[in-house]
Amino acid sequence: MRVIAAAIAFLTSFGWAQAFEIEDQKFYGFEDSKDVVKIISTSDIEIFEPLLLAFVNKYPSVGVDYTVASSQQVFKAVYDEQAEFDLVISSAMDLQMKIANDNLARQHISEATQRLPEGAKWRDRVFAFTYETAVFLISRSAFHQSEVPLSRRALVELVRQNTDRFSGRIGTYDIRISGLGYLLATQDSLSSQTYWRLTEVFGLAGTRLYCCSADMIRDVEQGRLAFAYNVLDSYALRKVAEGKPNVQIVEFSDFQTSIMRTALIPKNVKNEEAAEAMLDFLVTLADRPNLALSTGMNPIIEGEPKSKKLLSSVTLGPSLLVFLDSMKRSDFVNSWVSSMRIWQESN
Amino acid sequence: MRFLLIEDNKGLSQAITERLELDGHIVDGVSDVSSANTMQNLTSYDLILLDLTLPDGDGREVLRHLRNINDLTPIIVITASREISERVKTLDLGADDFLVKPFDFAELEARVRAVLRRKRGDARNQIEIGNVSFDQLDGTLTIDGEPVTLRTQELRLFEALVDAPDRVHSKEHLMDRLFSFGDEGSSNAIEVYIGRLRRKLEHSNLKIETVRGRGYRILCP
Amino acid sequence: MSVATSTPIKGSVQRRLVLQLIFVALILTVLFVLAVRLVGERIAQSAQDSALFAAAASIASSMHSDNGELQLDLPHSAFAMLEAISEDSIFYRVSVGSRTVTGDDELSVITPASPLAERAYATEEFRGEPVRILTVPRALDVEGVFTNVSITLAHTRQGFHSTVSQIQSIATGVGIGFFIVSVALCLLASQSALKPLKSLVNAIERRGPEDLRPVNREVPSEVAPLITALNSFIVRLSGSLDKAEEFIAEAAHRIRTPMALVQTNAEIALRFAETSKSRGKIREIIVAARESSRSASQLLDHATVAFRAENPQLAPISLSELIERSISRFFPIAEMKGITLTVSPTKSNVIVAVDSLLMQSAIGNVLDNAIKYSESDTTVDISYGVLNDYGFINISDQGPGFSDGDIKHATELFFRGKKTESTEGTGLGLKIVSDALNVHNGRLEITKNGERGSCVSLQLPLHS
Repeated sequence: MRVIAAAIAFLTSFGWAQAFEIEDQKFYGFEDSKDVVKIISTSDIEIFEPLLLAFVNKYPSVGVDYTVASSQQVFKAVYDEQAEFDLVISSAMDLQMKIANDNLARQHISEATQRLPEGAKWRDRVFAFTYETAVFLISRSAFHQSEVPLSRRALVELVRQNTDRFSGRIGTYDIRISGLGYLLATQDSLSSQTYWRLTEVFGLAGTRLYCCSADMIRDVEQGRLAFAYNVLDSYALRKVAEGKPNVQIVEFSDFQTSIMRTALIPKNVKNEEAAEAMLDFLVTLADRPNLALSTGMNPIIEGEPKSKKLLSSVTLGPSLLVFLDSMKRSDFVNSWVSSMRIWQESN
Repeated sequence: MRFLLIEDNKGLSQAITERLELDGHIVDGVSDVSSANTMQNLTSYDLILLDLTLPDGDGREVLRHLRNINDLTPIIVITASREISERVKTLDLGADDFLVKPFDFAELEARVRAVLRRKRGDARNQIEIGNVSFDQLDGTLTIDGEPVTLRTQELRLFEALVDAPDRVHSKEHLMDRLFSFGDEGSSNAIEVYIGRLRRKLEHSNLKIETVRGRGYRILCP
Repeated sequence: MSVATSTPIKGSVQRRLVLQLIFVALILTVLFVLAVRLVGERIAQSAQDSALFAAAASIASSMHSDNGELQLDLPHSAFAMLEAISEDSIFYRVSVGSRTVTGDDELSVITPASPLAERAYATEEFRGEPVRILTVPRALDVEGVFTNVSITLAHTRQGFHSTVSQIQSIATGVGIGFFIVSVALCLLASQSALKPLKSLVNAIERRGPEDLRPVNREVPSEVAPLITALNSFIVRLSGSLDKAEEFIAEAAHRIRTPMALVQTNAEIALRFAETSKSRGKIREIIVAARESSRSASQLLDHATVAFRAENPQLAPISLSELIERSISRFFPIAEMKGITLTVSPTKSNVIVAVDSLLMQSAIGNVLDNAIKYSESDTTVDISYGVLNDYGFINISDQGPGFSDGDIKHATELFFRGKKTESTEGTGLGLKIVSDALNVHNGRLEITKNGERGSCVSLQLPLHS
C-alpha cells in the first residue's frame, strides 16, 4: 500500500497522475514536435476539432494536446491543483472569472485582444471568443406548432396545465454537477422572477437532470424529452445543421440569456508563446468566417450575438463571483433541489 | 559830419569825441537813454553811435524807439560783446552796423562811410576840386568827367590831402591816416603812393607839392 | 553732433521683469499641478473607499441569523457596483474573530484604530498584487448572543491608479495651459507696466540737445526721484551756463571798455605828438594796447566757442549763405586796408548741417587773420564747393604764409608762425577754427597759396 501511495505521490509530483477527472483527450499536429501547447477545455472534441486542425495547419511546427473535462473539473484542475496547462477554455464564465480574479491567470496583451469589445475581456487576463446563447429546444413530435410556448410565462402555463403530459419529459442541467448549468440558472434568476416559478413547475411535472448539453439534445432529438430548457445554441445548431428534423430551437420573446466562451493562460504556463498564439487565433475567429461557420460558433470580434430577440448578456466581471460564494451557492442549490425533489421523490 | 554819441563811460565818451573832432566832425555826447531821446528830438544827426549798456536802460530801447517812430538816422552800435548772435539781434532791431569795442578809428571811419553810402540813396555827395570830381562815400574820382581808378590807399591819401587843401600834411600825419597802425609799412611807402597819385592826377589841374622837410600839400587852381 | 558717450548697458528692466514673472508663473504652475495631483489622489482614494464602504455596507446588511447560525446572502448589487466603477479584482471575507464565515480565508482583517470606528482601511499586498482593504465591524444578534462580525472587502488598485493618472494628466495639461497663458499675460503686463517709462524715454529723446527745460511730465513714483534729480541738475547746468555767459559778457565789457579808452586816447595823443621819439613811444603804446585787446577778444572768443561747442544747434544751411553772413562785416575793414575780398563759388547749393554762429565765428577768425596779415592791394579770396564727401570753404590770402614746419603746429594753442612775429596777435585764431570744426566732425587744412600766401581750408561733412 505504501509503495502504491509512494508511486502515486511520485507520479503526481510530475503531474502525470491527476486528481481531476477528464472526459477525453486527443493530440493534433506534428507528433514529435518539441513545441506543444497543452489545452484543457469544456468543449467537446467534436465541436472544437475544426479549430484545432486549422491552428496546426497554420502553425505546423506546433503540437496541440487537447484535453476535455467538465467545467467543475477544469476549474478544479487549474484553481485547486494548479495542474500544468498552457491554455484553459471553458463555457463556465464564472469559474474562469474566479481564476482570473485570484491572480492565477497571466496577462496577455496583443493586437488581437485589443480588438475585443468591452465586457469580452477582463484585466487582459481572461478573454471571450464566442457568444453562446441559452435556448429552448423542443422535440417537434411533442408539440403542435400552435401550442409552442414563445415566452417563459407561456411555458409555465403550458407545463402547469399539462403536468402529466410533460412528466419526465423535461430536461435541464443538474446544477449540482454542471458548472455551466449553475451559471445559466443563477443568471436566469437574476434576470427574471419567472425562473423560480419555472423551476417549481418543472419539479412538479418531473424533470430529468443532465450533466451535459449533448445528452440533452440527443434525448430531445430521439423524442425521449419533449423539450430541453437552457441548451447552448451552438450545440443545438450543429444538430439542426446535421438535418435532424425533430429538433427545433425556440427563441423566447421575453429574453435570451447569452454567455461567452472564454479562454485564459494560467500563471504557471510552460509554453507561453504557443498559448498566446492559440489565444489570438481563437479571438480572431471572425477573420475566418468559413471556419466559424463550420464550427457553428459565433465569434465575438466585430460581431454581435446573433439573435433578433432581447438579450440578457452576461459579461466578464467579478460580479460573477457572487454566486460562487459557498453560502450563496448552497442556499441557491438547496432551493433548487427542494423544487426539483418533488419529482425525484415521487419517482 | 554831426554825430550823436550815446556812451555812459565818461572817459571813453570824451576820448571818442576828441578823436572824432580831430578829423573835423561835430560830436554831441549824452550818457543815458532819456537824454538821448531828448537830443534826438531837438537835432537831426548824420549818424548816431550807440553804446548798448547804459545806466538807465538798454541801448536797444533807444534803437527800438527810434525805429518805431520811423527815424531813419543811421545808427552804429558800439558794444563790448563780440557775440555774433548779439550782432545779428542788434542788426535785426534796426541798427545799421555794429562795432566791437575797442575799435580802430580807421574801422569806424570805414563803417561810417559804408553806412552812409548805403543810406544816402541817390543823393550825391561830391566834392569838386579843379576839374576833379571826388565822391567821398563812393570813393570815386573823375577828371573832366572821365573816371579814374584809384587804389584804396591812393584814394585815402587824396582824401587826406583834399581835406585841408592848402595845408601841409606831414608824412607822419599822412601815415597815420593811411595805415591803420597795424601795418607799419616802410617810411617811403608814402612816397610811393604820392608818386602814384601824382601820375593818376596827371590830367587834372591839381598838383601835389612836396614841401621839403615838412610834408605834402595839394594845390588847386 | 557732439561726441555722445554711449551708455554702458547691463540687462534690461523689461527682460528682468518678464523673466521673473515667468519664473513666478512657473513656480505657481508647478505648485498648482502638485497640489491638484495631491488633492486628486486624495479625492480618488476617498471616492474609491466610499464605494468600497457602500459595497461592504450592503454586504453587512445582507447578514442574518438562521438557526443560531450566521447567514449571509451576498448581494449581487454590491459586486455589480464595484465592477461598474473599475476593472479590478474583488476579494471578500466575513469573519467572526479568526473564524471565516464565508469568503477568502487569507484576506487580512484590518483592526480599526478605535473601538468606535465604523470602518478601517489599509493598503496591502494580496495574492501578488497591491489591494485596498476595508474592514467594517458589525455587531449582530445571533440567537441572543451579540456577535462581532467583521466584513472585509478588498479590491486591486488598477481603477484607482488609472483615475489618479487621469487626474495627473489633466492637471499637467491644465498646468501647461495655465503656464502658457501666464507667459502671454506676463509679456503683456510687462509691456504695459513699462509703458510710462518708455513714453518718458521717448519724450526725453525727442528733445534737442540744447533743450534745457526741466522735464515736466507726470512720472511713475519709482522714477520720480530720478527725474527730480535730473531736473535739479538741468537747473544747475542752466544756471551755470547762464553764469558762464554772464561772466564772459561781463569780462568782455570790463576789459574792453578801458582798452577802448587807452587806444582812443593814445591815438589822440599820437596826433598831437611833436617829436618823432614821442610818436614812436605812443605808437608802441597803441600797438601794445591793441595786442592786449586782441588777446582779450580771442580768449573770450575761444571761451565762447568751447562753451558753445557743448551744445551746438545744428541746422542745415547752404555754404553760400553761411559765407555771406560771415564776411559781410569785413568789407569795410578790407576796403580800409585796400584788400579786395572776393567770393568764388565752384558749386551751388552745397548744404551742410552746422551751428551757424559757431561757423561764422570760425570763418570770421580766418578772415580776420587773412586781412590782418595781408598788405594793401592784395586779394583775399573765399571759394567754396564740394570735395569728396565734404563741403569746403577755402580762404586764401597773399600774406606772408606759413613755413612748412609751422603748418603742423598752426592749430596749437598760442602758436604764432615765424613770419608773423612782427604783427600782434595771440595765435589763438586757428585754434578757435579747429575747435569749431571738430564740433562738426569737420577738417582743417592749411596749405601754401602758390608763391605767396596761405590757403586755409575748412571742410564740413555734407548734410545728407
